[in-house]
Amino acid sequence: MSWVTKTFKSTLGQKLLMALTGLFLILFLVVHLAGNLQLLLPDEGESFNIYAHSMATNPLIRVVSIGNFAFILIHVIYSVVLTRSNKKARPVNYAVSQASTNSKWASRNMGILGTVILIFLIIHLRGFWYEFKFGELPTAVYDGVTYKNVFAIVSEAFSNIAYVIVYVLSMAFLGFHLSHGFASAFQTLGLNHVKYSPLIQKVGAGFAIIIPALFALIPVLMYIKTL
Amino acid sequence: MILDSKLPDGPLAEKWTKHKFNIKLVNPANKRKYEVIVVGTGLAGASAAASLAELGYNVKAFCFQDSPRRAHSIAAQGGINAAKNYQNDGDSVYRLFYDTIKGGDYRAREANVFRLAEVSVNIIDQCVAQGVPFAREYGGLLANRSFGGAQVSRTFYARGQTGQQLLLGAYSALSRQVANGKVKLYPRTELMDVVTVDGKARGIITRNLITGAIESHSAHAVLLCTGGYGNVFFLSTNAMGSNVTAAWRAHKKGALMANPCYTQIHPTCIPVSGDHQSKLTLMSESLRNDGRVWVPATIEMAEKLRKGQIKANDIKEEDRDYYLERKYPSFGNLVPRDVASRNAKYVCDEGRGVNETGEAVFLDFRDAIQRDGEDLIRAKYGNLFDMYQQITGENPYQGPMMIYPAVHYTMGGLWVDYNLMTNIPGLYALGEANFSDHGANRLGASALMQGLADGYFVIPYTIGDYLAQSGYDKISEDHPEFKKSEKEVKDRVQKLLSIKGEKTVDHFHKRLGKIMWDYCGMARSAEGLTKAKGMIKELKKEFWSNVKVLGDNEELNQSLEKAHRVADFIELGELMVDDALHREESCGGHFREEYQTPEGEALRDDENFAYVAAWKYQGEGQEEELVKEPLVFENVKLTQRSYK
Amino acid sequence: MNLTLKIWRQKNHSDKGGFKEYKVSDISKDMSFLEMLDVLNEQLSDSGEDPVHFDHDCREGICGMCSLHINGKPHGPKQTTTCQLHMRSFSDGETITIEPWRATAFPVVKDLVVDRSSFDRIIQAGGYVSVNTGGVPDANEIPIPKRIADEAFDAATCIGCGACVAACKNASAMLFTSAKISQLAMLPQGQVERKERAERMIAQMDSEGFGACTNTGACSAECPKGISLTNIARMNREYFSAVVSSDNV
Repeated sequence: MSWVTKTFKSTLGQKLLMALTGLFLILFLVVHLAGNLQLLLPDEGESFNIYAHSMATNPLIRVVSIGNFAFILIHVIYSVVLTRSNKKARPVNYAVSQASTNSKWASRNMGILGTVILIFLIIHLRGFWYEFKFGELPTAVYDGVTYKNVFAIVSEAFSNIAYVIVYVLSMAFLGFHLSHGFASAFQTLGLNHVKYSPLIQKVGAGFAIIIPALFALIPVLMYIKTL
Repeated sequence: MILDSKLPDGPLAEKWTKHKFNIKLVNPANKRKYEVIVVGTGLAGASAAASLAELGYNVKAFCFQDSPRRAHSIAAQGGINAAKNYQNDGDSVYRLFYDTIKGGDYRAREANVFRLAEVSVNIIDQCVAQGVPFAREYGGLLANRSFGGAQVSRTFYARGQTGQQLLLGAYSALSRQVANGKVKLYPRTELMDVVTVDGKARGIITRNLITGAIESHSAHAVLLCTGGYGNVFFLSTNAMGSNVTAAWRAHKKGALMANPCYTQIHPTCIPVSGDHQSKLTLMSESLRNDGRVWVPATIEMAEKLRKGQIKANDIKEEDRDYYLERKYPSFGNLVPRDVASRNAKYVCDEGRGVNETGEAVFLDFRDAIQRDGEDLIRAKYGNLFDMYQQITGENPYQGPMMIYPAVHYTMGGLWVDYNLMTNIPGLYALGEANFSDHGANRLGASALMQGLADGYFVIPYTIGDYLAQSGYDKISEDHPEFKKSEKEVKDRVQKLLSIKGEKTVDHFHKRLGKIMWDYCGMARSAEGLTKAKGMIKELKKEFWSNVKVLGDNEELNQSLEKAHRVADFIELGELMVDDALHREESCGGHFREEYQTPEGEALRDDENFAYVAAWKYQGEGQEEELVKEPLVFENVKLTQRSYK
Repeated sequence: MNLTLKIWRQKNHSDKGGFKEYKVSDISKDMSFLEMLDVLNEQLSDSGEDPVHFDHDCREGICGMCSLHINGKPHGPKQTTTCQLHMRSFSDGETITIEPWRATAFPVVKDLVVDRSSFDRIIQAGGYVSVNTGGVPDANEIPIPKRIADEAFDAATCIGCGACVAACKNASAMLFTSAKISQLAMLPQGQVERKERAERMIAQMDSEGFGACTNTGACSAECPKGISLTNIARMNREYFSAVVSSDNV
């Protein structure tokens, strides 16, 4: 076995992959949010549609987005691998457990939180990304150039109260996932220091609230507008 | 029978060097042809097993715990002495030697003690090289403290967990040899017998504590590093599993037991709280540096206190008797362990003891807190205060702590010569299991030193002398002597299981403990000891006809394990009483009420008792034979200890 | 105090095992938890039932032999060892559930006794400095900053009881392993074998069947010696830098 495969077969190597992909996905969330916030601009979706178009055509972004999918995949696959080996490490559970006294709920339920987020992601991709890529979309013309009017399908989706609720709830799950995942990724990478760790903890906690809240704010405001 | 201690001649300081040169060596290539059994994996055992394996011998290491790291050396708190003189305060090998001989009340061999002091410096080097995190000064060099009333600061320490850190160092060295394939480890395995062939130790019989399998192990030499026998008192600071079985079985095979009555009672233990008590916890002696020991001045007041009608803090200054300060104005609360212990017993016997049981005295930090402030006291003793609070549920910052003496260490043990070999060729005893270095009383921070000295720096040399002369031939484990011993062990197991009596093993152990504590504890008398002997004989008879051991041999059976150990403790108890009765003097940890100075201090009789009392087993129910090894003092002048 | 005890009984490793209920009465608040079990065992012995087997030795919180998962927590409600837990932490009439440590790498031997030899094998894989007896430099030849010595000491106080594994939802031994790797990585004596040590000890830890780390912090919160999570981070750093820079292909 080469040292590379050996490393990624070790629990620490696998945790390293989880942490690195996790941190990349955290970064992606920021970029994604920046794009999404344009939905709220009072220009009937013009900036958003142009932004979506540039995202789809810029070669660099395309490479990054392939990477993004790969990272999601790695994050999911290794979470399954690790969960299975973790379960095997304790085949018989305790009859009584007071885990809540020694650790936070989110930290013990990253798998469940992640699964919910994955389901949401599939719905999300089917509804927007797939439609954008392969679906029949209405178009909009700005300055003589024709763009796919992705804003239209977004506003339509967000006029559906059920969809809005699913979206908001999923963001809550994302928040919990991040509340542990953010700082945890640094710890796994070995970045634990008396000076910086408290800062990482605080930034992580803030990030886990602000980012999902802003994501959730968009469908809520767009829904209110349709009323 | 004449005991040859094999002491080298020549000046004291040259004995060990000369001896190392004179003894025989085993060729490096031949070392792998030898098997050595090491029983016990504490400081002595782990260091010996690791060092011998490094030399190339094949080692089998046995312990009854689930891991070698759990041996009771781990619980030592205070520190380890070494004559490094890093503090430039006048320490030297000779001074450590002198203090140890004097502290032992002149009942140890000069040559052994000098060697101990000599190699003490190497121990610290070795442990530091292993990565033992000793306390350090801000400049990065090692820190020292003065310990147990010593006049120099020669004690190296790792907070209050020195034993733990030293043992983990030795355990890591042992683990490395396990990985190298030079040591085979047998955890959860207990020695049941020592096997001798043609008068030489050639192996042991063990019981696998999980499966109950009785197994034979053959070797060229056997090292017993099995610790002390303080648990003969039932309540002691020893671990629950600490036992005398290995030493006792060797004794019954012919090895002499030396000075069994020398037991050390430590003055600062947390007192017994009730009948349920299973063990005693020691608090570091360093508490006596700042705490003041007292009891109420009158019996009436003590009674009120015991009934809970008044509180300790209500008692006025003039109604408190700081008895150590009163009786020993110059040493005060810092008198040696045996003196402090005995005086606690006296005031409690007078009826002035505190606690509900009346068997405790106060150790008060009120004045120290007023003088230095609570923060400073917390910084110095915080972990001890926390431990006290955890166990007793009382806050020692607000009221005085209660302490009482408890059995802590046994200076007696298997008789060994200068090479650490018992009188059975090929059978060695190291660490607390032997009798050699502490005389009648051990100084604080010297137990760790002796365990590691024996294992790291004595046995690797001296075992070669024996092995080089013994030949490589291995004795088969099917040899009739092994089969005979196996059968004896199996019969004994069967016997214990088949008695099916009424009383549990603990019941007998508690009764034995009470007899030993009452009559062979802090103060002894001919009358009491004679009475105790009869009681122990009775107890033994009752044990073997009325003990209840449930379950089978072929499983993990903790009652059966205990039954073996307690049966041996009962026999040992009788020998301790014999030894205490025959030694008509008081010395160190052995205090005979008939032999005291007018001030109530221990009165030695150097003319008639400056010898090692080694006892030879004579068979079931027979009185043991006393063999004397005279102690010759060429370098120190015997004086009476005084702490007034 | 009168108590109901729900205790896991299992005759041997291959037995299925199950809970059994016992009653004990007149328990003093000053008893340690293990002394309370002693009372139960005397009671069981008297009635001819096999006593409950549990590991214990020093009973002063340092040997690491005692274990027990008490009311859903390793070593019970206080952050200490079971032998230092006292009955005043419980109330009259309470039902106390006692289980063995649960982990593949800690198979049950009997009742509440488990086999923790996997910990020994992790240390055997590299938890030492390879120096033979004798021939070492003078102890004061290598000055070590006090802060480093203190931090190494903190890691070295691990008693190897296994509460970290018992507390972890993944039965992970990261805290135990990292404590030793950390101690030796911080000290100058440990530098020579630093990379090798991290790689070998972690490989051994994995092969024993312990789980991975989810950074829940349960191990440290339940550790009777309060070993810090920073040790795990340090172990991770040691491991990652070892795999990329060591000569082991």
